[in-house]
Amino acid sequence: MIALAGVDVRRGGRLVLDGIDAAFAAGRLTAVIGPNGAGKSTLLEVAAGLLAPETGTVTLDGAVLPGRVALARCRAYLPQNPRVDWPISVERVVALGLSSELPAFGRLPAAFKARIDAALAAHDLSGLRDRPATALSGGELARAMLARATVGDPALLIVDEPTAGLDPRHAIAAVTMLRARADAGRTVVMAIHDLDLALRVADDVLALKGGRVHAAGPAASVFTAAVLATLYDVDVRVADGAVRFG
Amino acid sequence: MTRALIPALLALLVAAMLASLLAGQVWLTPADVVRGLGGGPSLAGLIVSEVRLPRVVLGVLVGGILGLSGAVLQGLLRNPLAEPGLLGVSSGASLGAVIAIYYGVSGTLTLAAPVFGLAGALVTAGTALALARGGGTATLILAGAAVSAIAAAGVALALNLAPNPYAAYEITTWLLGSLADRSWDHVELAAPFIAAGAVLLALTGRSLDALALGEAQAESLGIDVRRTRLLALGGTALGVGAATALTGAIGFVGLVAPHLVRPLVGHRPGATLVPATLAGAIIVTLADIAVRVLPSPPELKLGVLVSLIGAPFFLWLVLHMRGRMP
Repeated sequence: MIALAGVDVRRGGRLVLDGIDAAFAAGRLTAVIGPNGAGKSTLLEVAAGLLAPETGTVTLDGAVLPGRVALARCRAYLPQNPRVDWPISVERVVALGLSSELPAFGRLPAAFKARIDAALAAHDLSGLRDRPATALSGGELARAMLARATVGDPALLIVDEPTAGLDPRHAIAAVTMLRARADAGRTVVMAIHDLDLALRVADDVLALKGGRVHAAGPAASVFTAAVLATLYDVDVRVADGAVRFG
Repeated sequence: MTRALIPALLALLVAAMLASLLAGQVWLTPADVVRGLGGGPSLAGLIVSEVRLPRVVLGVLVGGILGLSGAVLQGLLRNPLAEPGLLGVSSGASLGAVIAIYYGVSGTLTLAAPVFGLAGALVTAGTALALARGGGTATLILAGAAVSAIAAAGVALALNLAPNPYAAYEITTWLLGSLADRSWDHVELAAPFIAAGAVLLALTGRSLDALALGEAQAESLGIDVRRTRLLALGGTALGVGAATALTGAIGFVGLVAPHLVRPLVGHRPGATLVPATLAGAIIVTLADIAVRVLPSPPELKLGVLVSLIGAPFFLWLVLHMRGRMP
């Protein structure tokens, strides 16, 4: 469980997060939603321990966040539109998820190999093992990145817009995979624009607007026409597990 | 492939070094070399131990640090066109040495040019770092480019104001880059700095692999990106600064060496470091043989030859990568 209390973040003199209180529980998938510029990505960076808040605290299971490497072993973070800058093989990209545990030099130890194989198989990547990551399609790269993030079986998984640029089938596969992580008892946080997908898999929802918490709670309590209409400033109807704007 | 790469490069380097001991205006036999290394009092022995060996050792040190620094900077900046001169280190070293020549200090003290060059390299790298403090990688590149331009302007000014044609000639000759007439004194001056720089650069190896995913993901994987940046810059300032101060500017080695070996190690930035070091040392050693063997009345300068071969390669690289890079 990761908790933010009274978190303020300022960027370029502007208050991007303003007194955020939020908690993400183990075994639950929390969707962070809100209009552009609401502070979703910043909130995720703070929760991931990558950005120190100006004021306020972030605690992991009630304690202050551990050091850089210890944190890397229990938390995985995927930024928006992740990319790989060199034509490294998919297998090696996934292996980078184990960076904090890998030996500094030499080949992959056998024990790691098995974990990497499992992650590749789980993300339907076994056939692409030796493909350069720069030669992957958008959907394949997104799967490789999710495999990279989950290969270390992190207790806390934070993902920014996992479905951006994906076709419906791959988008559904991505959120289903995140759902499975939560079902396995991990804490999963995702920022997402696609409300139908969020509605389909999220346990809890944190709605941000202008750097403040607009609404938070179980998905059913946030995905209401009244809350969403004031969140996005458009007319909204929610019916039959779908959100309709306008 | 990967496993045999380093031994193969090592063997190639040793062969090139041996050939370099034999080649020159006076060709020696292996027997002469053995006698020379044994310290026998003969002309051949003198040529080997006092002229060719320091030159070979310096060539390996300079080529190695250029290759290593290029590999580290390309990995750190995630840019295949990054090279050691990018951060102003080479221009700073040149300016320092040019000041020593301009004021005639190098006429009275043999090691004045390299010592001034080293000081110039450290000052420019320090300035670039101070300017870029708190900023990201892009700020660092821009600060390096600015400092580099200032140092280059200083060199141009010295050439413009040179008191006599001979001083201008001496400056230009030095700027062309060469290993000729370097002694053990030069090696002793440069080796500690190059070794220290190499250690700092080598420490970045593992972080570079994770940096292939970008700075945000690297941070999330437990990599201290700030520390990696400091190691890369500090190592380049010390190592490449000392190398440039000793030999003048030798371009393209740092740019080309990593590209030659990268496909052979699966493009992993961290795995590129050792092979790129060896490749850089091989390139400089072979080029130094070529400048001594090629029949050109005034000896062709090493920096000129490397640029003549390196620049077309660079062009090929740009064309080749046009299709692959985003």
